[in-house]
Order: sequence, then C-alpha cells, then structure tokens
Amino acid sequence: MNTKSLYQEVILDHNRNPRNYGSLDNANRSAEGHNPLCGDHLNIKLNLSRGYISDIVFQGESCAICKASASMMTANVKGKTQADAETLIQEFREMAIGKLEPDGNHHLGRLTVFSGIRDLPTRVKCAILPWHTLHAALNSVATISTEDDDDPMHVSIGNA
Amino acid sequence: MKLVESSLKPLSTSMFNVEHIRTDFPILKLKIDGKPLVYLDNAASSQMPQPVIDRMVKYQTMQHANINRAVHYLSETATTEYEESRRRLKRFINASEDREVIFTSGTTDAINLVAHGYGRKFIGSGDEIILTTLEHHSNIVPWQMLAEENGAKIRVVPINDTGELLIEKYKQLFNKHTKFVGVTHVSNALGTVNPIKQMIEFAHARGVPVLVDGAQAAPHMKIDVQDLDCDFYTFSGHKLCGPTGIGILYGKAALLERMQPFKGGGDMIASVTFEKTTYNTIPHKFEAGTPPIAAAIGFSAAIDYLSAINMSMIAAYERDLINYATEQMRHMPGIRIIGDATEKVAVLSFAIDGVHPHDIGTLLNQEGIAVRTGHHCAQPVMQHFKVPATTRASFAFYNSMNEVDALISGIQKVQKIFS
Ligand SMILES: Cc1ncc(COP(=O)(O)O)c(C=O)c1O
Repeated sequence: MNTKSLYQEVILDHNRNPRNYGSLDNANRSAEGHNPLCGDHLNIKLNLSRGYISDIVFQGESCAICKASASMMTANVKGKTQADAETLIQEFREMAIGKLEPDGNHHLGRLTVFSGIRDLPTRVKCAILPWHTLHAALNSVATISTEDDDDPMHVSIGNA
Repeated sequence: MKLVESSLKPLSTSMFNVEHIRTDFPILKLKIDGKPLVYLDNAASSQMPQPVIDRMVKYQTMQHANINRAVHYLSETATTEYEESRRRLKRFINASEDREVIFTSGTTDAINLVAHGYGRKFIGSGDEIILTTLEHHSNIVPWQMLAEENGAKIRVVPINDTGELLIEKYKQLFNKHTKFVGVTHVSNALGTVNPIKQMIEFAHARGVPVLVDGAQAAPHMKIDVQDLDCDFYTFSGHKLCGPTGIGILYGKAALLERMQPFKGGGDMIASVTFEKTTYNTIPHKFEAGTPPIAAAIGFSAAIDYLSAINMSMIAAYERDLINYATEQMRHMPGIRIIGDATEKVAVLSFAIDGVHPHDIGTLLNQEGIAVRTGHHCAQPVMQHFKVPATTRASFAFYNSMNEVDALISGIQKVQKIFS
C-alpha cells in the first residue's frame, strides 16, 4: 500500500491553498458533482470559448484528496482545448483505477502524485469526482453523482 | 465485581486479563502494512474467538444436515444443536420461553419481520409510529416503507447536543393515533444508552408496543427482556463475536402468535394444499426455508464465550476503556467529541478540525488502526450535529489500553500532517 506517498506535500499544499477556488461570473458551462456515500460535493464553473477552456473554477466541501485533485485539475486544464482536457480526464481515471502506469506514456505530468489512490479502492471516487464533474460540465450535464447508474464513468469505475 | 468510578487505568482493569483474552482471537495477531492491527471498528462488526471458530468447524465437519426434515442421525443432531442454540439465546436474554426467540439473518431482517408481520396487520392509515433521531437506518426505512404503503405517519423523538433523547418530547408525541414505538437501545453513531425501560413503561401505560433495536447494546451489557418488558428485542450475531448472517428477534409469545408470517416457504407451514395453507406455530412460522444452521450454532457458541467472561465484567472493563479514551481526547486541541451522553457504551465519535473524516480514516489505517468513517447509517444523527460524517472508534472487551494510546498517537500524527 502506498498511502504515505499519497498524502505528500503537493497534495497537502493544494488542499490547504486550493488554486482556482471560487466563483466565475461569465461561465458558460457548469456542473455539480456529488458523492452521496460521504457527502462530498463540488461545483465546477468554466468558460469554453472557441474550443478552449479559457477559465475554470471550483468550490465545494470535500476531503483532502478530492480538493487537491480538483485544484490540480483546474490548474492543468486551464488554457487547454476541450479535446486535451478530455484526454486528461480519461488518463487520470485510468491511472486512478490502475489501468495506466504512472511512469508510462501519458500527459498527466505531476498529476501522477495521485497514482497511489489505486491501492485504496474506497478512496478512488474521491480523486475522480472533480474530473468526473469536469467531464459533465464540458458535455453540458448539470449534475452528476458517483452513484448514478447513468453516470458516464460509473460503469467502468464499478464499485471502486 | 464492583464498578470503579475513577477514569485512569483503575482497579477493574487489572482484574480483567485482556492480554489473555486477546490470545483467543487469531485475527488480532495480524499486521497491517507492517503495523499491529488495532481493531476499533467493533460497532460495525466484531471479531471471532477461536472457540467459536472451532464450534462452527465441528458442526460443519461432524454434525451437518438439514434440520426438521429427516429421521437420520445427522438431521436429528443438527436439529438438536440448532434448537439448543435457541435455548441458549433465550437464557442469554432471559426470555421466558424458547419459542419467543426467532432466528433471523440479523437485526435488519428482524425489524423488517416486525414491520411486515406486525405493522402490516396492526398499523393502518393515520396511525402513528414513534421512532428516534438516534435510529440506525434499519430501524427507519422498514417503517417508512410501511408508512408509504399504508398511510401511517412517523413521528421522531429529537435529541440534545450531547446526543441524548429528549424524553419529555418523547412523551408529548403520544396521542390516540400512536400505535407503535421503535427505539434503539444504544446509538451506533454516538454510543448513547437510551432509557428504554422508562420509555417502554410510558408506552405500555398507553397500550403501545415497543420494539428495541439492541444491535449495539447486546455486545456490551446484560440484557434481560423480562425486566425491560419490551415487546420485541433484536440483535445480530456478528456484533457479538459470532458469524454474519444470523441474529435473533425476541418477541412476546402472545404478539408473535397474532402476527402474520413474513416469508412463505418450507418449515413455516403446518399443512399446504392449493386451496389453503395453515401456518406452523411460533417460532417456526417465522423461519421459512433452511436457516443458517452453522451460523446459529456459532452465534450460541459466541454468547457462551461472552457469558463465560461475564457480561458485567465486560461492561465494567469497557467503561474503563471509554473513560480512559475520552479523558485523553478531551484534552487534545482541535478535537471535538461528538456525543457525550452521561450513559454511553465504548463508542467514540469525533471530528478533527480541518481534516475530513475520510482522510483521517485513511491515515489511521496507515498506522494499522481500523476505525469507521462516514455517516454510520445514521444520517439523522449527522444532520443534528451538522456534519456529513464522523470518525468513530468503537471498542470491544478485547481492546487494550495500549490500543487507546495507539489511537491517540495516530490522531496526533494526522494533526501533524495537516498542520
Ligand atoms: C443500531 C443498529 N441497528 C441495526 C443494525 C443493523 O444490523 P445488521 O446489519 O446486522 O442487520 C446496526 C448495524 O450496524 C446497528 O448498529
């Protein structure tokens, strides 16, 4: 098990001082993410113009893993195209469930600090929730829950 | 055995040989990530001592067949052992008759049985069921399902900020529509022990029967259903060092006889034709199909094990444990104990400032410490304290004072990481 490396300084720092935390007036996409199992919820607002995520923020109540994941996610997708963001969403999810090796070929960069989550099945959803919610926002789905049957990612995440 | 009131490692602790008891539990020797297991999730499920494991192995290797069916040796042996288990459980709770003890798959199953067998028959539209804020979801949802179906209403006894029921409010909830009371003996989320004897007496004075959810009480104290005078009492084997998949419903014979069956099938009938089925007598009327025979036998071995240690000794020792743990936690900065009732069992729910319970749970696990984080299937309690979740350390008689110390230093580590 790799918990020690999970609660490392980067994650603790993003939990303490989350980036892009707050509200966005001119957002044209937003979504709410919930994990009813632990009560965590977060809200993502972003501005998508000409295929680029020009601005993105989040707000919510959650554990450190979820908050740090959201913070690092917003920092990573800001300024990227929608297509690039979708690639990161896909890769992050695969890393979290152990289907992508952190030292393999991918675009995750420092987001690999979350790779230890795959050894903690009960916490995988905490790390994925923000990505999950971003995916919903980009695809104009207003709310998602980690427990919804029609949640686009739930099926492949299973009961993780 | 005299109860000792002072809190720090008092006399009763030394009279109770916890190290000796621990050797009965093979699982306690486990290492988690190289650290000795500190198992503090006993309210969710307790561990099984070797004599209980051995008893189940003996049944499975030398005594197993289906019960109540055949004349051969094994079937007779299994039937005898199964009924002997019922008798021991009867004695454990001091019921007056064997037939008042029904084997169920657990507490949840037992409450559903009563909601169906009693509720559907005797509670109707406009009738009221009193429950409390401290209930586990399993003593809420079956009643809500009933209410949704037949138009009955649910009334809820509130709690104060120490996590105790407001008994005056309870009394005020009664009116001519009140038909049933469901109350937990001990809160699983907070450890509060409810004054059920007084509550039962009040309900009975108004002709209202009471179901007591004893899932969190039976592991920690002597239960006497005749003294309590409860109409129904239920608990699960897996929280008393027994196996999963078994529990009991105690019910007063007169009530059980008037109830309708819950599940239909074999064993619960006296005779069947396609025109009419006559039901068997209690307890068999409520035990349709092949029961978990090995689990029932394991369950009775578990209560024998606990009785040999002595439930009063267990209660006294656990009181020392919780007093010691509470005393230490109370003085730690940044810790909030949730649920501080005067009467409570060895359950400690708490919050650490600025740290989410799930992070606490994961980090304590890293120290080998097993606690439960979440809403504990008691969301109304969480709503009262305005928290989505808590961290809960729940103790058993096989936990040591050293394990309390391990918990405390684990919490300090968590605080340091998040400082
Ligand atoms: C107070 C209470 N009631 C009922 C239950 C349900 O017990 P079981 O899951 O064994 O049916 C529990 C178990 O967590 C409990 O703590």
